[in-house]
Amino acid sequence: MIYSYYPGCTLKNKAKDLDRYARLSAQALGFTLEEIENWQCCGGVYPMAKDEIATKLSSVRALADAKAQGRDLVTLCSACHNVLKQVNNDMLTDEDIRTRANNYLKLDEEYCGETKVIHFLEVLRDVIGFDKLKEKVVNPLTGKKIAAYYGCLLLRPGKVMQMDNPENPKIMEDFIRAIGAEPVIYPMRNECCGGYVALEDKEAAAKRRNAVASSASGFEAEMMVTACPLCMYNLNKNDSDVPVYYFTELLAEALGVKDN
Amino acid sequence: MDRKEEILRISGVNVRKCMRCGKCSGTCPSYDEMEFHPHQFVYMVESGDIEPLLNSDSLYKCLSCFACVERCPRGVEPAKVVEAVRLAAVRQKGNNHLKAENVPELLDDETPQQLLVSAFRKFTK
Ligand code: SF4
Ligand code: SF4
Ligand code: SF4
Ligand code: SF4
Repeated sequence: MIYSYYPGCTLKNKAKDLDRYARLSAQALGFTLEEIENWQCCGGVYPMAKDEIATKLSSVRALADAKAQGRDLVTLCSACHNVLKQVNNDMLTDEDIRTRANNYLKLDEEYCGETKVIHFLEVLRDVIGFDKLKEKVVNPLTGKKIAAYYGCLLLRPGKVMQMDNPENPKIMEDFIRAIGAEPVIYPMRNECCGGYVALEDKEAAAKRRNAVASSASGFEAEMMVTACPLCMYNLNKNDSDVPVYYFTELLAEALGVKDN
Repeated sequence: MDRKEEILRISGVNVRKCMRCGKCSGTCPSYDEMEFHPHQFVYMVESGDIEPLLNSDSLYKCLSCFACVERCPRGVEPAKVVEAVRLAAVRQKGNNHLKAENVPELLDDETPQQLLVSAFRKFTK
Protein backbone atom coordinates (compact mmCIF):
# COMPACT_ATOMS: atom_id res chain seq x y z
CA MET A 1 0.00 0.00 0.00
CA ILE A 2 1.39 3.41 -0.98
CA TYR A 3 0.31 6.64 0.68
CA SER A 4 1.09 10.20 -0.21
CA TYR A 5 2.93 11.65 2.76
CA TYR A 6 3.15 15.21 4.04
CA PRO A 7 6.08 15.39 6.49
CA GLY A 8 6.00 19.11 7.31
CA CYS A 9 8.86 21.46 7.99
CA THR A 10 9.61 20.44 11.57
CA LEU A 11 10.03 16.77 10.70
CA LYS A 12 12.77 17.77 8.30
CA ASN A 13 14.63 19.51 11.08
CA LYS A 14 14.09 19.41 14.85
CA ALA A 15 11.72 16.44 14.75
CA LYS A 16 13.64 14.13 12.41
CA ASP A 17 13.08 11.22 14.78
CA LEU A 18 9.31 11.44 14.48
CA ASP A 19 9.70 11.01 10.71
CA ARG A 20 12.53 8.46 10.63
CA TYR A 21 10.92 6.02 13.07
CA ALA A 22 7.63 6.32 11.22
CA ARG A 23 9.25 5.37 7.91
CA LEU A 24 11.11 2.44 9.46
CA SER A 25 7.93 1.22 11.12
CA ALA A 26 5.86 1.62 7.96
CA GLN A 27 8.37 -0.51 6.08
CA ALA A 28 8.18 -3.20 8.75
CA LEU A 29 4.39 -3.11 8.57
CA GLY A 30 4.28 -3.26 4.78
CA PHE A 31 3.21 0.19 3.67
CA THR A 32 5.08 3.01 1.99
CA LEU A 33 5.05 6.72 2.70
CA GLU A 34 5.79 8.56 -0.50
CA GLU A 35 6.62 12.16 0.18
CA ILE A 36 4.67 14.51 -2.08
CA GLU A 37 6.78 16.70 -4.32
CA ASN A 38 7.48 20.34 -3.55
CA TRP A 39 5.29 20.53 -0.49
CA GLN A 40 5.42 23.78 1.45
CA CYS A 41 4.99 24.42 5.15
CA CYS A 42 1.35 24.50 6.17
CA GLY A 43 1.99 27.41 8.55
CA GLY A 44 1.55 25.43 11.74
CA VAL A 45 -1.82 26.83 12.73
CA TYR A 46 -5.14 26.65 10.90
CA PRO A 47 -6.19 30.09 9.62
CA MET A 48 -9.69 30.35 11.06
CA ALA A 49 -10.65 33.62 9.36
CA LYS A 50 -13.07 33.43 6.45
CA ASP A 51 -11.10 36.00 4.47
CA GLU A 52 -7.72 34.24 4.79
CA ILE A 53 -7.10 32.52 1.46
CA ALA A 54 -3.36 32.87 0.77
CA THR A 55 -2.45 31.21 4.07
CA LYS A 56 -4.51 28.15 3.13
CA LEU A 57 -2.97 27.61 -0.31
CA SER A 58 0.07 25.52 0.66
CA SER A 59 -2.30 23.02 2.26
CA VAL A 60 -4.57 23.01 -0.78
CA ARG A 61 -1.59 22.34 -3.07
CA ALA A 62 -0.59 19.33 -0.98
CA LEU A 63 -4.16 18.05 -0.94
CA ALA A 64 -4.52 18.48 -4.70
CA ASP A 65 -1.20 16.70 -5.26
CA ALA A 66 -2.42 13.65 -3.34
CA LYS A 67 -5.66 13.74 -5.33
CA ALA A 68 -3.69 13.75 -8.60
CA GLN A 69 -1.84 10.65 -7.41
CA GLY A 70 -5.14 9.07 -6.45
CA ARG A 71 -3.94 8.43 -2.92
CA ASP A 72 -4.87 9.19 0.66
CA LEU A 73 -2.63 11.78 2.34
CA VAL A 74 -0.86 10.66 5.51
CA THR A 75 0.39 13.08 8.16
CA LEU A 76 2.41 12.64 11.35
CA CYS A 77 2.79 16.05 13.00
CA SER A 78 -0.43 16.80 14.91
CA ALA A 79 -0.32 20.40 13.76
CA CYS A 80 0.06 19.60 10.05
CA HIS A 81 -2.72 17.08 10.44
CA ASN A 82 -4.99 19.66 12.03
CA VAL A 83 -4.23 22.33 9.42
CA LEU A 84 -4.56 20.05 6.39
CA LYS A 85 -7.72 18.46 7.66
CA GLN A 86 -9.41 21.74 8.54
CA VAL A 87 -8.43 23.36 5.25
CA ASN A 88 -9.68 20.29 3.42
CA ASN A 89 -12.97 20.65 5.24
CA ASP A 90 -13.18 24.27 4.05
CA MET A 91 -12.58 23.15 0.47
CA LEU A 92 -15.36 20.63 0.83
CA THR A 93 -17.94 22.73 2.65
CA ASP A 94 -17.22 26.46 2.19
CA GLU A 95 -18.11 27.54 -1.31
CA ASP A 96 -16.56 30.98 -1.02
CA ILE A 97 -13.18 29.68 0.19
CA ARG A 98 -13.26 26.90 -2.40
CA THR A 99 -13.92 29.30 -5.26
CA ARG A 100 -11.33 31.82 -4.24
CA ALA A 101 -8.62 29.22 -3.54
CA ASN A 102 -9.22 27.61 -6.93
CA ASN A 103 -9.12 31.01 -8.64
CA TYR A 104 -5.69 31.60 -7.16
CA LEU A 105 -4.24 28.20 -7.85
CA LYS A 106 -5.55 27.60 -11.39
CA LEU A 107 -5.01 23.85 -11.13
CA ASP A 108 -5.70 21.63 -14.15
CA GLU A 109 -8.65 20.28 -12.28
CA GLU A 110 -10.54 22.16 -9.54
CA TYR A 111 -9.85 20.93 -6.03
CA CYS A 112 -13.00 20.45 -3.97
CA GLY A 113 -11.89 18.57 -0.87
CA GLU A 114 -11.71 15.10 -2.44
CA THR A 115 -8.55 13.89 -0.67
CA LYS A 116 -8.81 11.81 2.46
CA VAL A 117 -6.38 13.07 5.10
CA ILE A 118 -5.36 10.40 7.58
CA HIS A 119 -3.01 10.50 10.51
CA PHE A 120 -0.37 7.75 10.83
CA LEU A 121 -2.15 6.54 13.97
CA GLU A 122 -5.31 6.07 11.91
CA VAL A 123 -3.38 3.96 9.40
CA LEU A 124 -2.30 1.76 12.31
CA ARG A 125 -5.85 1.48 13.62
CA ASP A 126 -7.94 1.38 10.45
CA VAL A 127 -5.67 -0.19 7.83
CA ILE A 128 -3.16 -2.38 9.67
CA GLY A 129 -5.36 -2.96 12.73
CA PHE A 130 -4.05 -2.93 16.29
CA ASP A 131 -4.49 -6.73 16.54
CA LYS A 132 -2.26 -7.26 13.52
CA LEU A 133 0.21 -4.71 14.86
CA LYS A 134 0.38 -6.64 18.10
CA GLU A 135 1.29 -9.79 16.20
CA LYS A 136 4.22 -7.99 14.57
CA VAL A 137 5.68 -6.75 17.85
CA VAL A 138 8.99 -8.46 18.64
CA ASN A 139 10.06 -6.32 21.62
CA PRO A 140 6.92 -5.68 23.65
CA LEU A 141 7.24 -2.82 26.14
CA THR A 142 5.87 -5.06 28.86
CA GLY A 143 5.01 -3.40 32.15
CA LYS A 144 5.76 0.15 30.98
CA LYS A 145 3.14 2.64 32.17
CA ILE A 146 2.68 5.11 29.36
CA ALA A 147 0.53 8.24 29.31
CA ALA A 148 -0.83 9.18 25.88
CA TYR A 149 -0.81 12.91 25.33
CA TYR A 150 -3.34 13.98 22.72
CA GLY A 151 -3.13 17.71 23.34
CA CYS A 152 -5.53 19.78 21.29
CA LEU A 153 -4.77 19.33 17.67
CA LEU A 154 -5.40 15.65 16.99
CA LEU A 155 -8.92 15.72 18.36
CA ARG A 156 -10.40 19.19 17.95
CA PRO A 157 -12.65 20.36 16.51
CA GLY A 158 -14.12 16.87 16.81
CA LYS A 159 -16.67 17.49 14.07
CA VAL A 160 -13.87 18.07 11.55
CA MET A 161 -11.03 15.92 12.85
CA GLN A 162 -13.19 12.81 13.37
CA MET A 163 -10.26 10.79 14.69
CA ASP A 164 -11.83 9.71 17.93
CA ASN A 165 -14.18 10.78 20.71
CA PRO A 166 -12.76 14.24 21.50
CA GLU A 167 -13.53 13.98 25.22
CA ASN A 168 -12.73 10.32 25.78
CA PRO A 169 -10.34 9.16 23.06
CA LYS A 170 -8.73 5.75 22.98
CA ILE A 171 -6.71 5.46 19.78
CA MET A 172 -3.39 6.16 21.51
CA GLU A 173 -4.24 3.96 24.49
CA ASP A 174 -5.07 1.12 22.10
CA PHE A 175 -1.76 1.77 20.36
CA ILE A 176 0.05 1.56 23.71
CA ARG A 177 -1.64 -1.77 24.44
CA ALA A 178 -0.70 -3.07 21.00
CA ILE A 179 3.00 -2.48 21.67
CA GLY A 180 2.67 -4.42 24.92
CA ALA A 181 2.64 -1.54 27.41
CA GLU A 182 0.03 -0.31 29.86
CA PRO A 183 -1.84 2.93 29.09
CA VAL A 184 -2.32 5.47 31.87
CA ILE A 185 -5.57 7.44 31.77
CA TYR A 186 -5.25 10.91 33.33
CA PRO A 187 -7.45 14.00 33.20
CA MET A 188 -5.14 16.34 31.26
CA ARG A 189 -4.49 14.06 28.30
CA ASN A 190 -6.63 16.15 25.97
CA GLU A 191 -5.97 19.58 27.47
CA CYS A 192 -3.59 22.01 25.82
CA CYS A 193 0.06 22.15 26.95
CA GLY A 194 0.41 25.83 26.05
CA GLY A 195 2.92 25.15 23.29
CA TYR A 196 1.79 27.95 21.00
CA VAL A 197 2.87 30.67 23.42
CA ALA A 198 6.19 29.01 24.29
CA LEU A 199 8.03 31.57 22.17
CA GLU A 200 7.00 34.73 23.90
CA ASP A 201 5.15 33.83 27.08
CA LYS A 202 7.46 31.26 28.58
CA GLU A 203 5.81 31.48 31.98
CA ALA A 204 2.33 30.65 30.70
CA ALA A 205 3.73 27.76 28.63
CA ALA A 206 5.53 26.43 31.72
CA LYS A 207 2.37 26.59 33.78
CA ARG A 208 0.35 24.61 31.24
CA ARG A 209 3.04 22.02 30.55
CA ASN A 210 3.66 21.38 34.26
CA ALA A 211 -0.06 20.95 34.85
CA VAL A 212 -0.17 18.29 32.12
CA ALA A 213 2.97 16.45 33.22
CA SER A 214 2.10 16.44 36.92
CA SER A 215 -1.36 15.12 36.04
CA ALA A 216 0.30 12.23 34.16
CA SER A 217 2.84 11.53 36.86
CA GLY A 218 0.13 11.74 39.54
CA PHE A 219 -1.45 8.74 37.81
CA GLU A 220 1.92 7.00 37.89
CA ALA A 221 2.97 7.38 34.29
CA GLU A 222 6.62 6.54 33.64
CA MET A 223 6.63 8.34 30.32
CA MET A 224 4.43 10.29 27.94
CA VAL A 225 3.96 9.88 24.20
CA THR A 226 3.02 12.52 21.67
CA ALA A 227 2.69 13.01 17.91
CA CYS A 228 3.43 16.73 18.02
CA PRO A 229 6.91 18.33 17.84
CA LEU A 230 5.63 21.40 19.64
CA CYS A 231 4.17 19.36 22.51
CA MET A 232 7.49 17.52 22.60
CA TYR A 233 9.47 20.75 22.84
CA ASN A 234 7.28 22.24 25.51
CA LEU A 235 6.54 19.11 27.57
CA ASN A 236 10.17 18.04 27.60
CA LYS A 237 10.93 20.87 30.00
CA ASN A 238 8.40 19.65 32.58
CA ASP A 239 9.22 19.93 36.29
CA SER A 240 7.97 16.42 37.10
CA ASP A 241 10.80 14.91 35.02
CA VAL A 242 8.45 12.70 33.06
CA PRO A 243 10.30 11.70 29.86
CA VAL A 244 8.46 12.37 26.60
CA TYR A 245 8.74 10.25 23.44
CA TYR A 246 7.34 10.34 19.95
CA PHE A 247 4.91 7.47 19.53
CA THR A 248 6.83 6.42 16.42
CA GLU A 249 10.00 5.85 18.42
CA LEU A 250 8.25 3.38 20.72
CA LEU A 251 6.61 1.77 17.70
CA ALA A 252 9.95 1.25 15.96
CA GLU A 253 11.41 -0.13 19.16
CA ALA A 254 8.55 -2.59 19.61
CA LEU A 255 8.84 -3.68 15.98
CA GLY A 256 12.57 -4.23 16.41
CA VAL A 257 13.55 -1.77 13.68
CA LYS A 258 14.71 1.17 15.77
CA ASP A 259 18.39 0.76 14.95
CA ASN A 260 17.95 -0.10 11.27
CA MET B 1 -16.49 49.58 7.55
CA ASP B 2 -17.91 49.35 11.00
CA ARG B 3 -15.60 47.44 13.36
CA LYS B 4 -18.27 45.09 14.58
CA GLU B 5 -19.30 44.22 11.03
CA GLU B 6 -15.67 43.62 10.15
CA ILE B 7 -15.16 41.18 13.06
CA LEU B 8 -18.39 39.34 12.27
CA ARG B 9 -17.43 39.03 8.62
CA ILE B 10 -13.87 37.81 9.29
CA SER B 11 -14.96 35.30 11.93
CA GLY B 12 -18.11 34.03 10.30
CA VAL B 13 -19.52 33.67 13.83
CA ASN B 14 -23.11 34.36 14.81
CA VAL B 15 -22.54 35.96 18.22
CA ARG B 16 -26.28 36.13 18.89
CA LYS B 17 -26.35 32.37 19.41
CA CYS B 18 -24.42 32.80 22.68
CA MET B 19 -26.42 32.18 25.84
CA ARG B 20 -23.63 33.39 28.15
CA CYS B 21 -23.22 30.15 30.02
CA GLY B 22 -19.48 30.75 30.40
CA LYS B 23 -18.45 27.20 29.50
CA CYS B 24 -15.94 28.46 26.94
CA SER B 25 -14.19 30.56 29.58
CA GLY B 26 -14.43 27.77 32.14
CA THR B 27 -12.52 25.42 29.85
CA CYS B 28 -10.03 27.96 28.49
CA PRO B 29 -6.45 26.99 29.43
CA SER B 30 -5.39 30.63 29.23
CA TYR B 31 -8.09 31.88 31.59
CA ASP B 32 -5.62 33.20 34.19
CA GLU B 33 -3.60 35.00 31.53
CA MET B 34 -6.53 36.83 29.92
CA GLU B 35 -8.15 40.03 31.11
CA PHE B 36 -11.01 39.33 28.67
CA HIS B 37 -12.19 35.74 28.50
CA PRO B 38 -13.70 33.99 25.48
CA HIS B 39 -17.31 34.59 26.53
CA GLN B 40 -16.46 38.26 27.00
CA PHE B 41 -15.02 38.44 23.49
CA VAL B 42 -18.29 37.09 22.17
CA TYR B 43 -20.45 39.41 24.25
CA MET B 44 -18.34 42.52 23.72
CA VAL B 45 -18.32 41.99 19.97
CA GLU B 46 -22.09 41.54 20.04
CA SER B 47 -22.49 44.82 21.89
CA GLY B 48 -20.00 46.63 19.64
CA ASP B 49 -17.51 47.21 22.44
CA ILE B 50 -14.50 46.38 20.28
CA GLU B 51 -11.76 48.90 21.11
CA PRO B 52 -10.84 47.39 24.51
CA LEU B 53 -10.45 44.00 22.85
CA LEU B 54 -8.33 45.37 20.01
CA ASN B 55 -5.90 46.83 22.52
CA SER B 56 -5.83 43.90 24.91
CA ASP B 57 -2.94 41.52 25.44
CA SER B 58 -5.54 38.76 25.76
CA LEU B 59 -5.41 38.52 21.96
CA TYR B 60 -1.95 37.01 22.21
CA LYS B 61 -2.73 34.62 25.08
CA CYS B 62 -5.19 32.47 23.16
CA LEU B 63 -3.60 29.09 22.40
CA SER B 64 -5.85 28.18 19.45
CA CYS B 65 -6.56 24.97 21.33
CA PHE B 66 -10.20 24.74 20.15
CA ALA B 67 -11.38 23.75 23.63
CA CYS B 68 -13.95 26.56 23.61
CA VAL B 69 -15.07 25.55 20.11
CA GLU B 70 -15.48 21.92 21.13
CA ARG B 71 -17.29 22.60 24.37
CA CYS B 72 -19.63 25.47 23.56
CA PRO B 73 -23.14 24.03 23.82
CA ARG B 74 -24.43 26.49 21.22
CA GLY B 75 -21.79 26.01 18.53
CA VAL B 76 -20.66 29.63 18.76
CA GLU B 77 -16.93 28.97 18.12
CA PRO B 78 -15.47 31.71 20.35
CA ALA B 79 -11.88 31.04 19.17
CA LYS B 80 -12.89 32.38 15.76
CA VAL B 81 -14.01 35.64 17.35
CA VAL B 82 -10.70 35.95 19.22
CA GLU B 83 -8.80 35.26 15.99
CA ALA B 84 -10.85 37.78 14.03
CA VAL B 85 -10.17 40.54 16.57
CA ARG B 86 -6.48 39.59 16.63
CA LEU B 87 -6.34 39.83 12.84
CA ALA B 88 -8.12 43.16 12.86
CA ALA B 89 -5.46 44.36 15.31
CA VAL B 90 -2.35 43.07 13.55
CA ARG B 91 -3.59 44.10 10.11
CA GLN B 92 -3.36 47.72 11.18
CA LYS B 93 -0.14 49.15 9.81
CA GLY B 94 2.85 48.88 12.15
CA ASN B 95 0.88 46.78 14.60
CA ASN B 96 2.65 43.44 14.32
CA HIS B 97 2.76 41.81 17.72
CA LEU B 98 5.97 39.92 17.00
CA LYS B 99 8.98 41.77 15.61
CA ALA B 100 11.50 39.70 13.64
CA GLU B 101 14.42 41.46 15.34
CA ASN B 102 13.21 40.29 18.76
CA VAL B 103 12.98 36.65 17.75
CA PRO B 104 16.62 35.45 18.12
CA GLU B 105 16.66 36.03 21.87
CA LEU B 106 13.48 33.97 22.24
CA LEU B 107 15.00 30.85 20.68
CA ASP B 108 16.87 27.95 22.18
CA ASP B 109 18.59 24.96 20.59
CA GLU B 110 15.42 22.89 20.52
CA THR B 111 12.89 25.45 19.28
CA PRO B 112 10.87 23.69 16.56
CA GLN B 113 10.17 25.46 13.23
CA GLN B 114 6.51 24.89 13.95
CA LEU B 115 6.64 27.31 16.87
CA LEU B 116 8.22 30.04 14.78
CA VAL B 117 5.98 29.72 11.76
CA SER B 118 2.85 29.56 13.87
CA ALA B 119 3.89 32.59 15.93
CA PHE B 120 4.45 34.60 12.75
CA ARG B 121 1.19 33.44 11.30
CA LYS B 122 -0.75 34.35 14.41
CA PHE B 123 0.97 37.54 15.44
CA THR B 124 1.97 39.33 12.23
CA LYS B 125 0.67 40.42 8.84
S1 SF4 C 1 2.56 21.92 11.23
FE1 SF4 C 1 4.33 22.53 11.66
S2 SF4 C 1 5.68 21.07 11.14
FE2 SF4 C 1 3.85 20.64 10.30
S3 SF4 C 1 4.34 21.71 8.37
FE3 SF4 C 1 3.08 22.89 9.39
S4 SF4 C 1 4.47 24.12 10.37
FE4 SF4 C 1 5.61 22.62 9.63
S1 SF4 D 1 -0.28 23.56 22.92
FE1 SF4 D 1 0.60 21.65 23.05
S2 SF4 D 1 -1.03 20.39 22.78
FE2 SF4 D 1 -1.86 22.26 22.35
S3 SF4 D 1 -1.48 22.19 20.24
FE3 SF4 D 1 0.08 23.15 20.97
S4 SF4 D 1 1.61 21.77 21.18
FE4 SF4 D 1 -0.14 20.64 20.84
S1 SF4 E 1 -19.79 28.48 25.70
FE1 SF4 E 1 -20.82 29.25 23.91
S2 SF4 E 1 -22.81 29.82 24.63
FE2 SF4 E 1 -21.57 29.56 26.45
S3 SF4 E 1 -20.77 31.60 26.80
FE3 SF4 E 1 -19.27 30.62 25.56
S4 SF4 E 1 -19.85 31.17 23.51
FE4 SF4 E 1 -21.59 31.64 24.76
S1 SF4 F 1 -8.96 28.57 21.68
FE1 SF4 F 1 -8.18 30.30 22.80
S2 SF4 F 1 -9.94 31.13 23.76
FE2 SF4 F 1 -10.55 29.13 23.12
S3 SF4 F 1 -10.18 27.88 24.89
FE3 SF4 F 1 -8.34 27.77 23.66
S4 SF4 F 1 -7.06 29.36 24.47
FE4 SF4 F 1 -9.09 29.77 25.26
